[in-house]
Amino acid sequence: MNESLSQIFIGTLLTNNFVLAMFLGLCPFLGVSSRLGTAVPMGVATTFVMLVASVCAYALNLLLNYFQLEFLRLISYIVVIASSVQLVEMVMKKYSPALFRALGIFLPLITTNCAVLAVALFQTAREYSFSQSLVFALGGGAGFTLALVLMASLRERLQLANVPTLVQGTALSLILAGLLSLAFMGFAGLGAGE
Amino acid sequence: MSLPNQADEGITFDTFMEGVWRQNPVFVMVLGMCPTLAVTVSAVNGLSMGVATMFVLVSSCLLVSMIRHLVPKEVRIATYIVIIATFVTLVDYLIQAASLALYEALGAFIQLIVVNCIILGRAEAHASKNPPLKAVVNALGMGVGFAIGLFALGATREILGAGKLFGITLFGDNFQPWVVMVLPPGGFFVLGGWLLLFALLRSRKEGKVQA
Repeated sequence: MNESLSQIFIGTLLTNNFVLAMFLGLCPFLGVSSRLGTAVPMGVATTFVMLVASVCAYALNLLLNYFQLEFLRLISYIVVIASSVQLVEMVMKKYSPALFRALGIFLPLITTNCAVLAVALFQTAREYSFSQSLVFALGGGAGFTLALVLMASLRERLQLANVPTLVQGTALSLILAGLLSLAFMGFAGLGAGE
Repeated sequence: MSLPNQADEGITFDTFMEGVWRQNPVFVMVLGMCPTLAVTVSAVNGLSMGVATMFVLVSSCLLVSMIRHLVPKEVRIATYIVIIATFVTLVDYLIQAASLALYEALGAFIQLIVVNCIILGRAEAHASKNPPLKAVVNALGMGVGFAIGLFALGATREILGAGKLFGITLFGDNFQPWVVMVLPPGGFFVLGGWLLLFALLRSRKEGKVQA
């Protein structure tokens, strides 16, 4: 794959947005997006874990290929992600207790965010180089944050709106997400170079 | 997921039906959304994803339930994840061997079954507290419920978006496919629509009870 770095970044941020076009990381997207205040730290923390996981997965993949143990890829990736979340948690607790407290229970939940595992899997499947992988992870994280922030802002507005009781809750969030996704389809072709 | 401890009850029909209807993973709990929306562009894709997930769910619940007294509390989540990842790898290779076309259609989402919250949720909330047989029956119910949900979504999207079901054209030449339904936004809309339908049914039922 010889995509340029900016193509990858724009592609993962807008055209193939992880949440709105590829349906990755929907659980936190629907769960944590009720307030803007929690959406931003969650997005930043996820981006950070994605970067760490991406670097680890790249190194791990070289190692697994060297020993011809490709069938262990999935198992080792998930272990690496779980431990890097733990690592991020410990480092943050030591150096920035304020941020650690702000994120609270969201940190361990990142392990089960499929967007993180998807970054690791996709970069392997597309045979990205090291710098491409990094940019891919950064774009994915930024796209996730963008979608989360947009959704949270919409939902904060909606609290003032008079919605029929029947529609309230998950159904409303899903339809909102559908509309957002429809808007993001307008970016199709941007930076893809197809 | 904080279900009450059900360890003392025997196996009832409800152990199975809980997942199929009352606690349906797709329509009631809204769990495991990523594979649900991403692969359900057609009924076949939805159904095969459902069956693959069901297999992983049942076998990991069986194993988790069998070793539930051996695993220390502190490392249980890590243990469950590794068990689940093992079965997912198995399924991944099985599908690749059975049908390459299907494997390419489902793509990375087979491997992403690992992070499907339903499986970890069931392992933690039910299988780790119950004997193997009961855990399997419950997991089977959840799996069937999930497969039904995926099939319903996939069929709706295929009928609306392509005018087909299982690849067979349903309507005449005048049918104009509603293309957006097989594109990403359609996934959100269709699931939202199904949830609305269930909310409507529930409110009708409650209204009847009151009247």
